[in-house]
Order: sequence, then structure tokens, then C-alpha cells
Amino acid sequence: MSEKKESLFSKKNRKLLKDPLNDNNPVTTQVLGICSALAITVQLKPAIVMALSVLVVLSVANVVVSLMRNLIPSRIRIIVQLVVIATLVILVDQVLKAFVYDVSKELSVFVGLIITNCIIMGRLEAFALGNKPWKSFLDGLGNAFGYGWILIAVAFFRELLGAGTLFGYPVLEKLGLYEMGYENNGMMILPPMALVTVGIIIWIQRMKNRDLIES
Amino acid sequence: MDANKNSYTFSFAAVMVVLVATLLSVAAISLKPFQDKNVEAEKKQNILTTLGIEVSREDAAKVYKEKITSSYVLNSEGTVVDGDAFTVDLGVELKKPVDQQVFPVFEGEKNGQKSYILPMRGKGLWGPIWGYLALEEDMSTISGAVFDHKSETPGLGAEISLGWFQEPFIGKTIFEGKEFKSITVVKGGAKEDDMHGVDGISGGTITSDGVSDMLDERLSKYLPFFNQKLSEMIEADTVVVDSLQALTLNTIK
Repeated sequence: MSEKKESLFSKKNRKLLKDPLNDNNPVTTQVLGICSALAITVQLKPAIVMALSVLVVLSVANVVVSLMRNLIPSRIRIIVQLVVIATLVILVDQVLKAFVYDVSKELSVFVGLIITNCIIMGRLEAFALGNKPWKSFLDGLGNAFGYGWILIAVAFFRELLGAGTLFGYPVLEKLGLYEMGYENNGMMILPPMALVTVGIIIWIQRMKNRDLIES
Repeated sequence: MDANKNSYTFSFAAVMVVLVATLLSVAAISLKPFQDKNVEAEKKQNILTTLGIEVSREDAAKVYKEKITSSYVLNSEGTVVDGDAFTVDLGVELKKPVDQQVFPVFEGEKNGQKSYILPMRGKGLWGPIWGYLALEEDMSTISGAVFDHKSETPGLGAEISLGWFQEPFIGKTIFEGKEFKSITVVKGGAKEDDMHGVDGISGGTITSDGVSDMLDERLSKYLPFFNQKLSEMIEADTVVVDSLQALTLNTIK
């Protein structure tokens, strides 16, 4: 090999991990994966489970597609990507059902949502098809973290303001806020408020990072 | 090899499909026994929970044997017929006409208190919901309730599987005197003195209504059984009273 071997965590590779967390966040900048961000951010726990499942599926799918990138016929590449994702998700689900039944019950609904999450297909198409496995793996991790932290942030506010709890623990009740006349905002539980919350996060992000504002 | 040729595309697709299909079927078949074991243990665990007994899934089978004293299936007239209550699949039963359905009953005991545990099944928002309801010997007071679901929305409808939703059922009654009332899940919260209502789930109205419908539909099918048990109880009481009277008379003599 003539080219100099790149170190595993070179500056470029670190950028792959770091960029999706803020500047190139899949949810707030690319506006992908909104559907699942609406559906499962009512409480923190499912949001975290979803974030972890996407982390596993996205990084593994990225590596698999990257390994096959020179074999995949370009005309059916989207279908191939879909098959890879679906296979992974079903396999994971089956294994969980057999050995960690409780986790699988927590996940059951998300399986379908993971397959249809456009972040995953987006990364396979935009990155894994043209890059080596290690880089694809980092890209997968980075994007999953970028997706995950938004999900968890939204779920934090929705659960706290909508139900007055965090991880099911009645925080506001313990603080004695209800006695002072505070009431939960039931609207936070409904899906539209997830969009508004994501909107507020995007607003704050663009206030801090002016480069993201379109001219 | 030219990756753009039709023949390549077709063979790639064919190989991929066969590989993936094999992989998935092998995984599904080899994992099935483990999954079935989990489902069975969970069912036992759920039945025990309605009795107020919390067990881990590993111990469920053992405790189930001890605490569930008997189980049988009824026909639509409330008479006991042949069959194993535990293996009855309500999903299949519900599709049959009522007079061909069978209705499982489990009898359990905790601290000398006898309970009748009836399995439930109905429709939620996205898929089936099910559960178990334990009734005291008066056939009206609920002593335990467990609900579960296949695919209700987490944080909304899925809350029916949580304690805060299930606990208020305990102590409610499904009869008002002789009249069958079932239990209704009330949107916006049930009144405190409502003996036949529990609080609904904000944002989970369709699932809550599903629970109400399920309870009403299933419990109403057990009415012949309830009546039969009640009349047996009244008879038993009269026998006791009679023998007491006889005893007193004898002593006086």
C-alpha cells in the first residue's frame, strides 16, 4: 500500500464522531428521524432504549453495507440496504425475546420504527456505500449519538412537564410544587409538542451556531 | 465482473434473499423453545400477580403449582367442559361464535382467601390487549388485575401494564346489587366514590376504552358461572344456619 495508514482516531475520524452531535445533527440539521422522535419521547426510558437500539443497528448496518459496497449493484442498492437493516433488526429482536425477555418487551414497538428510521438508510446511502468499514462504523456511532441525545433531551422535557416525573419517579411531587398550585401540562404528552420541543432545540442551536442559518 | 449487468443484479438479489431467509429461519426456529418458555412463565407470573403474589419469572412455575389450586374451562352456559385452561388461546376463541367458545377459570388461594382468576382479551389502539382479573368469592369484588398489550404506544396506552393503572381496580365491584356493571375506565378520572370506575390514561383514551370494552365483553360471558357460584354460596350458608339451629335445639333439649 502506498498511501500512509491513517491512525484509528485521526482528526478526520474524530470529526466523523463529533459532527453529527451538533453541526450536522441528523435530527436538528438534517431533519431526519422526526417520526420516531414524536412517537417515543413521552417518557425517558423508552427514549433511551430506542436510542440504544438505533446505536446498535446503525453502526452494525453501516459496517455490513460498507463491507459489501463493491458488490452491491447500484440499481438495487436501496433494497439491499433495507434488507440489511430489516434482517439486523429482526435478528436482534429474536435474540432479545429468547434471552432478555424484559428488554424485548420494552422494544417491541420500536422494531418497526427502527426499520423505517430514515437516518439509518440515509447514512447507509450517503456514507457506508462510499467508505471503508471503520469510518462507516464511526459515522454510525456519531449519528446514533446525535439522534439519541436529541431524543433523550426531548423526552426529558416532555416527561418532566407533561407527567411531572423522570424515569417514572415523581420529581415535582417530591419538590412540593403541586401544593403550591402547579399543574402538569397535559399537552406535553401529545405528539405535536414533541415537534415544538424539537423546534425550540433547533432555535437554540442556530442561535449559538450562526453557520447553520440558511441565507 | 460487470456490476451493472442485469444478470449480475438478478443473481445478487437471488443470493441475498436466500441467504437472509435461511439466516432468519434458522434463528427463528432455534430460538423458539426459549421464547415459548418465557411466554409461558410470564403467563404464570401474571396469573400469580392478580393473587397479589410477586414472583420472578424463574420461580413462576413452582409457585404457580402451589398457589393455583385448580383450573377448568367453561362453555357459554357456565358448565365445566373438558379442556386445559392454561393452554386456551383467547385470541383464537374470540373469533368463534359465542356458543362454541370456552372460558377458562383459574382458582387460586392466598392466606386462606380464595380467588377466581379470569383471563381477558380485547382490542387496544394498535393491537390486542389482554389481562387477568381476580374476583373474590362474592364474585363481584376485584382482588387483583393485570393488563398487558402487544403494541400500545409507550408512555400512553402502554401504561395499562403499569401498577398505577392496575392498582385502583382492587376493591372495585363488578356488580351493583344484582345488576352487572363491569368496570369502566373513565377519561379525566373516575369519581372517588365510583365503585365501578377507575382513572383513564391521558393521551391513551382509545386503549383505555379498549380495556373497558374488554372487561365488559369478557365478564358478561361469565355471568352464568357467577350466578351459579352465588346460588351455591347461598345454599351453603343456609345449610350452616340450619345445622346451627339444629345444634341449639339439641343443646336446649
